[in-house]
Amino acid sequence: MDNGMEEAGNIMSAAVQQSKAAYDIIRERFGDAVSEFDANPTMPFFEVADASKWVDIALFMRDDARLKFNYMACLSGVDYMEQEQLGIVCNLESIGGPAHRIAVKVKCSREGGSIPSVSCVWHTANWHEREAYDMYGMTFEGHPDHRRILCPEDWTGFPLRKDYQVQETYHGIKVPY
Amino acid sequence: MGLLDARISNRNVLVTSVDNVMNWARLSSLWPMGFGLACCAIEMMATNASNYDLERFGIFPRSSPRQSDLMIVAGTVTMKMAEKVVTLYEQMPEPRYVLSMGSCSNCGGPYWNHGYHVLKGVDRVIPVDVYVPGCPPRPEALIGGLMKIQELVRMEGLGISRQEALKKLAEKSVDPQQVIDQARKATA
Repeated sequence: MDNGMEEAGNIMSAAVQQSKAAYDIIRERFGDAVSEFDANPTMPFFEVADASKWVDIALFMRDDARLKFNYMACLSGVDYMEQEQLGIVCNLESIGGPAHRIAVKVKCSREGGSIPSVSCVWHTANWHEREAYDMYGMTFEGHPDHRRILCPEDWTGFPLRKDYQVQETYHGIKVPY
Repeated sequence: MGLLDARISNRNVLVTSVDNVMNWARLSSLWPMGFGLACCAIEMMATNASNYDLERFGIFPRSSPRQSDLMIVAGTVTMKMAEKVVTLYEQMPEPRYVLSMGSCSNCGGPYWNHGYHVLKGVDRVIPVDVYVPGCPPRPEALIGGLMKIQELVRMEGLGISRQEALKKLAEKSVDPQQVIDQARKATA
């Protein structure tokens, strides 16, 4: 790499540099509401430090002519049990726009935490946020259809939390082996 | 099945013949309910299709539980699905048979430990007559299981309950190793 962009001793690949350029535009607009850029070679990401700005950031990322993140490839949930937090990871790409991609992380408290819903920004997020809620139990503020998506509606607990214990019976049927 | 329901214990020649004809008719036209729950259903469909041709046994899937004699539970039964399976079973007219196909519906299969959403064996909610092991079982195995159902139908009759027929079948069971050894000797 001729311009020798280095971070933490690693030379960033061209793809990561593109993500960094996109991040710089977001950082310039939102300042401390977003964290430092993490040049992860598999999927570079940044974190939304101020979750209340998440919808604004999402709209900016989708609509800004230099960014055009018009495609949400995935939205996953994460359980950070040691930090007492839950989070989501959104993989964003651009179709027909600049060939860059980036992941955005948003975190909330593990008990009773909530994250603003971006289902109004990317419709893909509607079902993905329902799945994250179903498996981890964080709520999504402003979600138009906030229900479980896979488990039965009267299921107890959130199966992908690290301390999940399956219920003994469901409607009188024994659940464990 | 008025004749089957009647508790006639005094078996005579006429009843025996009626029994045989009726059982032959029933076992030669076992109509399974056409539903599949997971990958086992693909093997079930393959068994129904031309290569294995279940129709030569008079078996072809019906699209209503009210027209079915047999329920082939082909695949993973989730907790959400379990109650629907019970409803379908209850909608089937008697006498009805249940064949549990594959590891998942036998005992939970690969989901036995961490599959919080999987029913660990369909026999927790409905009575099962024949279990077919495999993940998924090959069509030959399913045909073997269906032939076991036919044996069970053949054993039943006026005054012979399902339990008694199953007991008689168990008494008639042979050690497969002996059969294999005999076949090997014959070809050697």
